[in-house]
Amino acid sequence: MGTSFGRGGATTFQQDLQNSDCIVIMGSNMAENHPVGFQWPMEAKRRGAKLIHIDPRFSRTSAVSDLHVPIRAGSDIAFLGGVINYILERGRWFEEYVKAYTNAATIIGEEFRDTEDLDGLFSGWDADTSSYNTSTWQYEGFATTAAAGQREEGASLGEQAHGAHSGELNGGAPPSVDPTLTNPRCVFQLLRKHYARYTPEFVAQVCGVPPELFEQVAEALCENSGRERTSAFVYSVGWTQHSVGVQYIRAAAIVQLLLGNMGRPGGGIMALRGHASIQGSTDIPTLYNILPGYLPMPHPVVHPSLAAYVEAMTPEAGFWGHADAYATSLLKAWWGEQATEENDYCFDYLPRITGDHSHYTTVADMIEGKVEGYFVMGENPVVGSANARMQRLGLAKLKWLVVRDFVEIETAAFWRDSVEIEAGEVRPEEIDTEVFLMPAAAHTEKDGTFTNTQRLLQWHHKAIEPPGDARSELWFMYHLGQRVREKLAASADPKDRPILELTWDYPTEGRHDDPSAEAVLAEINGCGPDGQPLSGYTDLKADGSTSCGCWIYCGCFAEGVNQTARRKPGSEQSWVAPEWGWAWPMNRRIIYNRASADPEGNPWSERKRYVWWDAEKAKWTGHDVPDFKVDMPPDYVPDDDATAEDALRGDAPFIMQADGRGWLFVPSGLTDGPLPTHYEPVESPFPNLLYERDANPAAQRLWNSENPYHPSHGHPGTDVFPYVAMTYRLTEHHTAGGMSRTLPYLAELQPEFFCEVSPELAAERELEHAGWATIVTARGAVEARVMVTSRLRPLVVHGRPVHQVGLPYHWGRLGYSKGDSANELLGIAMDSNVHISEYKVSTCDIRPGRRPRGRELRKLVEAYRTRAGIG
Amino acid sequence: MSIESLRVQSWPGSYEPAAKPRVGFFTDTSVCIGCKACEVACKEWNRVPEDGLKFTGDSYDNTGGLGADTWRHVAFIEQQLPLGLDEGAPLVTQAARAELDTVPVHKDAGLRWLMSADVCKHCTEAACLDVCPTGSLFRTEYGTVVVQEDICNGCGYCIPACPFGVLDQRKDDGRAWKCTLCYDRLKDDQEPACAKACPTDSIQFGELDELRHQADERLRVLKHGGVAEARLYGRDDQDGVGGFGAFFLLLDEPEVYGLPPDPRVCTRDLGETWKAAAAAAAVLVGTVLATFAGHRP
Repeated sequence: MGTSFGRGGATTFQQDLQNSDCIVIMGSNMAENHPVGFQWPMEAKRRGAKLIHIDPRFSRTSAVSDLHVPIRAGSDIAFLGGVINYILERGRWFEEYVKAYTNAATIIGEEFRDTEDLDGLFSGWDADTSSYNTSTWQYEGFATTAAAGQREEGASLGEQAHGAHSGELNGGAPPSVDPTLTNPRCVFQLLRKHYARYTPEFVAQVCGVPPELFEQVAEALCENSGRERTSAFVYSVGWTQHSVGVQYIRAAAIVQLLLGNMGRPGGGIMALRGHASIQGSTDIPTLYNILPGYLPMPHPVVHPSLAAYVEAMTPEAGFWGHADAYATSLLKAWWGEQATEENDYCFDYLPRITGDHSHYTTVADMIEGKVEGYFVMGENPVVGSANARMQRLGLAKLKWLVVRDFVEIETAAFWRDSVEIEAGEVRPEEIDTEVFLMPAAAHTEKDGTFTNTQRLLQWHHKAIEPPGDARSELWFMYHLGQRVREKLAASADPKDRPILELTWDYPTEGRHDDPSAEAVLAEINGCGPDGQPLSGYTDLKADGSTSCGCWIYCGCFAEGVNQTARRKPGSEQSWVAPEWGWAWPMNRRIIYNRASADPEGNPWSERKRYVWWDAEKAKWTGHDVPDFKVDMPPDYVPDDDATAEDALRGDAPFIMQADGRGWLFVPSGLTDGPLPTHYEPVESPFPNLLYERDANPAAQRLWNSENPYHPSHGHPGTDVFPYVAMTYRLTEHHTAGGMSRTLPYLAELQPEFFCEVSPELAAERELEHAGWATIVTARGAVEARVMVTSRLRPLVVHGRPVHQVGLPYHWGRLGYSKGDSANELLGIAMDSNVHISEYKVSTCDIRPGRRPRGRELRKLVEAYRTRAGIG
Repeated sequence: MSIESLRVQSWPGSYEPAAKPRVGFFTDTSVCIGCKACEVACKEWNRVPEDGLKFTGDSYDNTGGLGADTWRHVAFIEQQLPLGLDEGAPLVTQAARAELDTVPVHKDAGLRWLMSADVCKHCTEAACLDVCPTGSLFRTEYGTVVVQEDICNGCGYCIPACPFGVLDQRKDDGRAWKCTLCYDRLKDDQEPACAKACPTDSIQFGELDELRHQADERLRVLKHGGVAEARLYGRDDQDGVGGFGAFFLLLDEPEVYGLPPDPRVCTRDLGETWKAAAAAAAVLVGTVLATFAGHRP
């Protein structure tokens, strides 16, 4: 999303789905996992919209959709590429929109080579490092530097990356464009060539979707797009959790740009986040490689000074042109008075990135003894992360582990209860890790915000005091910080200055000295030289006169009012409900909404009127906060010396992008290609029909003896793991189960771990309905109750049937409802942009009966490894 | 006794002027997504105990049915319509062939997953109430039927009387329990917990007359949209229980959902039965008398 449109967030809000004429839910089981938000697709359906669910399983979402399209797990780009080809070949694209608002006309440099030229590789591939040098993907005539979002040297951040892209614009346009879209090097023609082979027959071969069914979807999208109508895409972790996950989303972005659905009511791409405040945890990140507001974590060599840091992320045009103000204000928020122009606003106090410290790399480092301590909050990696055995082996090598949760979760109990201990492979007394289990307060027991799936900040008030010693995360981090600072108070060591000089002075309240969450929110919002709260990020300055803890959240405390706590009933305001909570940026609910008007500033149609240019008042107006400089007329053409947003044209709606356009082709910001390409999953029973290369060459693999990969097509041993495995969640349980398996009312609704198989697979493997099955991979083996159901069925792929095994992943060894964890089975294979593992597809075997106990379990796995030729 | 007189007698008759408009549920199963929020909200609000961890294998339904410890129950029905394939061919071949050519391209080749949140029907003519000897079961001022837990003596008469099998005895205390339509919440002008929790408005709460209008309109829209199998269940006040206070829109025959197709209140024929019995007794007495009379010289 970031690279295609400019911001790493859902482009619309769930309530707007009611305005769609067609909703495609793909990579998501919205009815089951977002049941409350699902009322809006249901409302759209009531109003006559077509609801399409594309998913390997017939789920609760499929049950109420107009059309369910069963698809082989891991083949979505083939399907979406088919849709792109359908749109292009049949001339169904929204010509005026595409020409004005996308980079279709932009000409790409001569050195660029497509996967169609290089058998599955783009130009710039370096076999030694298994990564791309992306310099040949650039616009012609654009001298590019690193994109904002670029973090580790030679790698960038994919979905979190923003479209900064340095270079000189001519009158707001890239130097080399072909408005006729006929130049073979223009993006439009490159797109055409890249997807030419994604025919309905190809889709049928790869995805197992019959051509008529595929065409029904493609046609529904086309006929429900254009001036009068709009279609929306909804996705969740069914897209992100793949070794080509970011490119899945990119493929949808291309479809939506070609059909002219971005920035318009009933259109857009609704990214549904996995659980509460996941959006918030990237905005104000719990990630190792970005700072609040998607500022990159500085690199020790590339960013020796604040000036160098700012320059590297500042394009000529677009709102990233003010990156200096965002960075300086953040430093002022953190180090206050201490941050001065003379000391580069304490830029040197920021940590520097030294390499890949993502979740799985850290686990591998733990196993190697490189990590001493670990905080686990709001997670249960022994159940929720891939390769559960690796997680436990890593934890066992720590010096200390802090787990904060409501109950003793499996991650906290790994030292006394695990598969390895059951087998006698590990003994508790041999584990030296000191484990601190601390009781956590629930959301009803603390003040704070959730930033939900649609960039919406919603305040929750503390209703009751947490029981016993339970405390909020805010309390914990604040008081931990205080104690660390007390211990360091006498230190003269310069390395302690960043901690001692931090603005760590929040007022406390209540009997447990809870730091005021509102004070923290006010700091995030930021203030001016007079100490008054700022009203939006356009107020931020680079001269040290403003402070702001997260520039995209600036305005959430405007006028000293907690805007996130607003709860004006829907019946008392417009359907957009701008006074319900507060959405970043600037309380905009649909972003890029300048695109809801035509280049002249008029609505594309009355039916889809949203934001438009009011010529009389000379400003943008409409149902939402315009996502545009409010007084910039539609016919504005920048001078050559204009900068930032003033360097973009009045008809360029994607204001975060360096050229103001939606990117069909992404010249920078992605590690694995400028265009989505179909690759097989890392573990697949099938070869790649397109290229010699089966899997994404740039996928990040974790080479560790505890993380063996299955042989894939063409290699001996593939038939040992002949079935496709996929993991997912159920309505009745919450992620790794800590909040549901422990509660009787929820546990009784889905009391046991089960696997879902088709009647055909049950017959093939003699699995008995409601009996037991053992599922085996090279990582582990688990047992599950068997659910034989027609909701799963074999698909015909490459001319032969393939079976898929469904595995809800909620269970673990503790709690009220217990069971094996599906994540015992999964290996770690990641998308190189975001380091998210391929949870959604791998291969496995399944056999009737319960799994062996104790040492016999490992022997079973070893026997499979031997048969598959895994060393 | 006519339905109308029964209704007037129990409600609103006995409450005038404290009677409130009759309320109920309209459960529109065509928009149910099977999330079970209603089950959980009901148990949380009414403090209904958890009733066991049992994997049933019956689709996603591990609840089983209404009972003393389940006052809302979501049924899951998986239906596969016949595909017209060769009998006898291996299943995989059949499936493969179905994918490739013979399957009509719509609605996932005839696969349906029906979901429906069942609940006490709060009948107009409620047999449970008729047979209750203690007066524990009563009709409220809202026209709903409620068991008073402090009066119920656990006699269990109501259990076989209910044509839907809603009433049930709680094992550890012997008393009968069922949905109260959140009587306590109604008194606070709050809608029942299940309706409040339902994200898609599959469970609609309101005044019964209004709900019936809404249901008629919804049925019309669905039929117009080609959903020929849609029907209302319990909407008709001429049916065997005088209409439900909690009625349904179903997408198949009631039996498919485990509901009786033609429920009848067992006490409805009581008058007729007694009349017949009285007539029989009269004949018997007459015969006996006649016999003795015959002996008299």
